[in-house]
Amino acid sequence: MARLLFFGKLSDLAGGREQMVTLQPGVDTVEGLIAQIADGDKPLATALTHSTNRFAVNETIADLDGAITDGDEIAFLPPVSGG
Amino acid sequence: MAITISIAEKAFDHAAAIERFSSAVGDAGAIVTFSGNVRGEGGSVKALHLEQFPGVTERSIRDIVDKAINRWTLDEVLVIHRVGTMVPGEAIVLVCTASAHRRDAFEAADFLMDYLKTKAYFWKKEVTKSGETWIEPRGVDYADAARWERV
Repeated sequence: MARLLFFGKLSDLAGGREQMVTLQPGVDTVEGLIAQIADGDKPLATALTHSTNRFAVNETIADLDGAITDGDEIAFLPPVSGG
Repeated sequence: MAITISIAEKAFDHAAAIERFSSAVGDAGAIVTFSGNVRGEGGSVKALHLEQFPGVTERSIRDIVDKAINRWTLDEVLVIHRVGTMVPGEAIVLVCTASAHRRDAFEAADFLMDYLKTKAYFWKKEVTKSGETWIEPRGVDYADAARWERV
């Protein structure tokens, strides 16, 4: 299983902060995971691929080609607004 | 050189924090303090929710502070940033810098705020009478942060 975390507006689209998913065979990048998500939830997947989003795999910032594997935590980070 | 970074889940006493910072500063001739508060926007904003990514957010603030201390000569830096729910008038963020001379203290504080607003991992949601909206930085925030990029 992989743990998915959705922050900011992405959590509204995902229906919550956290989800556990089983990675399909061959899904080994962030991009692959988003394609897997698109199968069940196209609007969410479209929002996840927006160029202003960033990703974190096990709390390290990653790109779409970031490697993922079973047991990882993948976070989807929309444009930040602190301060 | 002391760096204090704190993410506060509840309202913090920002006058006391400034007092503590000032007394710890010792010989530095220049102290700059910036407080960012929740704006009421004439009554339309009821509350602000701020969320963080525990661990990652604090490290992102640390990265930003590291950039500041590498670029300016600072004796002391303090960043306190709220998360959770806040109402108009409450402090969201406090940034203090201390240096021998004012130029470093002013510029570092300005830089820290520009980067906290555009690069630190926080997400802000505004609650108004008509509902809740996730906030994104304004064009001017990105332009302000870009000022610090060096060729």
